Amino acid sequence: MEPPADMVTVVDYGAGNLRSVVNALEALGHPSRVTDDPAALRDAPALILPGVGSFGEGMDRLRAHDLVAALTEEVLGRKKPYLGICLGLQFLATEGEEYGRHAGLGWIPGVTRRIEPGDPSVKVPHIGWNTVDTARPGTLLANLGEPPVFYFVHSYYFEPAPDARDAVSGTCDHGVTMAAVVERDNVFGVQFHPEKSQRAGLRVLENFLRLV
Amino acid sequence: MALKKRLIASLVLRDGVVVRSVEFRHTNVIHASASTAVDFFNRWAIDEIVVLDVSRDQTQRTRFYDVVERLSRKCFVPLTVGGWVTTVEEIRRLLRLGADKVTINTQACRTPAFVSEAARAFGAQCIVGAIDVRRGADGTPGVWADRGAEPTGWRAPEWARELERRGAGEIYLSSIDRDGGKHGYDLDLVRGVAKAVGIPVVAFGGAATFQHFVDGLVQGGADAVAAANMFHFTEQSTRRAKEHLRRCGIDVR
Repeated sequence: MEPPADMVTVVDYGAGNLRSVVNALEALGHPSRVTDDPAALRDAPALILPGVGSFGEGMDRLRAHDLVAALTEEVLGRKKPYLGICLGLQFLATEGEEYGRHAGLGWIPGVTRRIEPGDPSVKVPHIGWNTVDTARPGTLLANLGEPPVFYFVHSYYFEPAPDARDAVSGTCDHGVTMAAVVERDNVFGVQFHPEKSQRAGLRVLENFLRLV
Repeated sequence: MALKKRLIASLVLRDGVVVRSVEFRHTNVIHASASTAVDFFNRWAIDEIVVLDVSRDQTQRTRFYDVVERLSRKCFVPLTVGGWVTTVEEIRRLLRLGADKVTINTQACRTPAFVSEAARAFGAQCIVGAIDVRRGADGTPGVWADRGAEPTGWRAPEWARELERRGAGEIYLSSIDRDGGKHGYDLDLVRGVAKAVGIPVVAFGGAATFQHFVDGLVQGGADAVAAANMFHFTEQSTRRAKEHLRRCGIDVR
């Protein structure tokens, strides 16, 4: 049976908190399915890659499921909308530095590195609700009102290479100014958890779903 | 720039139902269904929900899984789940059911390397070190395992530091003495632990007024304050608590 044309595929690689994302899509009345089958990505109109976990183990799991090549083909080759959440944003980097150095997807040049605040009173992990400032007009933060507050939980962040800084459309401050929202063509990423950020978060997901 | 201070609702579950907790003894059933309680919190301004399984009978665990799964469907704020978490597989299972973070307590006391293993597998931000504290006759803040049944010999600040060193991303600090007592948090305890670690500290145990939240955050230096019983019994308590915190100059969502 053909899936509905607007069916979003949530990619399962054994480490993400898929359920919350699926629940949020369900609350928005949007059909979704979860898969770890690289072949099933082919008929997906859009992809969401949620993430809880560490960079190296997450990338290993993507590779173990043969998902890296399939994702790259669908997103960079066939230009399907991709939304990476938390680790799913960090994977966009060329490499990550959590527990050693690991190759990332490399779709947007940059490095995923540990938050190292100059101020010792700023704690890591960055856990909690923080304000996101708009860096430039974009898709995901549209129609949110000022200033949106989202739930973050991470110790690492995506730092774009100097020639990729234009990809950042929203930032947050936690000792350092970090990319909170990344958008380039059909590739989107959010460092916060829209599925856990009540109304503001659901609005961000809606903005992404409009592309589907 | 500031991270908002968090207000957390804790649900203590025994055999799948929400119970009241006083000094870690659990008797009265508050809500037969945990999802009723979450409906209640969702409408208001709660920032996070913590669900702890205190069942003694582990054959009841599937009921707990059902509750977590049902809660996560409605819970669009972070959901932290704990109680009897002893293996990496168990953590993976809870995350798959919809938990965002998992607390580790007794198993960390018995096998500290488990914390390192869990943090390596899921990232530090996913692993909450839960600490239950009972003060000794001389006031020493002793850490107890197995829901207050087993002394560990650790003092709370040192144990918190050890959990941090092993990769816990957050400390959920409970005072057994203050639990259900309505006299506010053990502020010396909270302050001692908050000073000892660089990771966020959640204070739990004893809050019965909105001012207790303010005290925990300002005097205790906690990053988040949690309460269980008071939210069940006070009308519109989360919204009013937020208003009070805001009036006291605390940056909340």
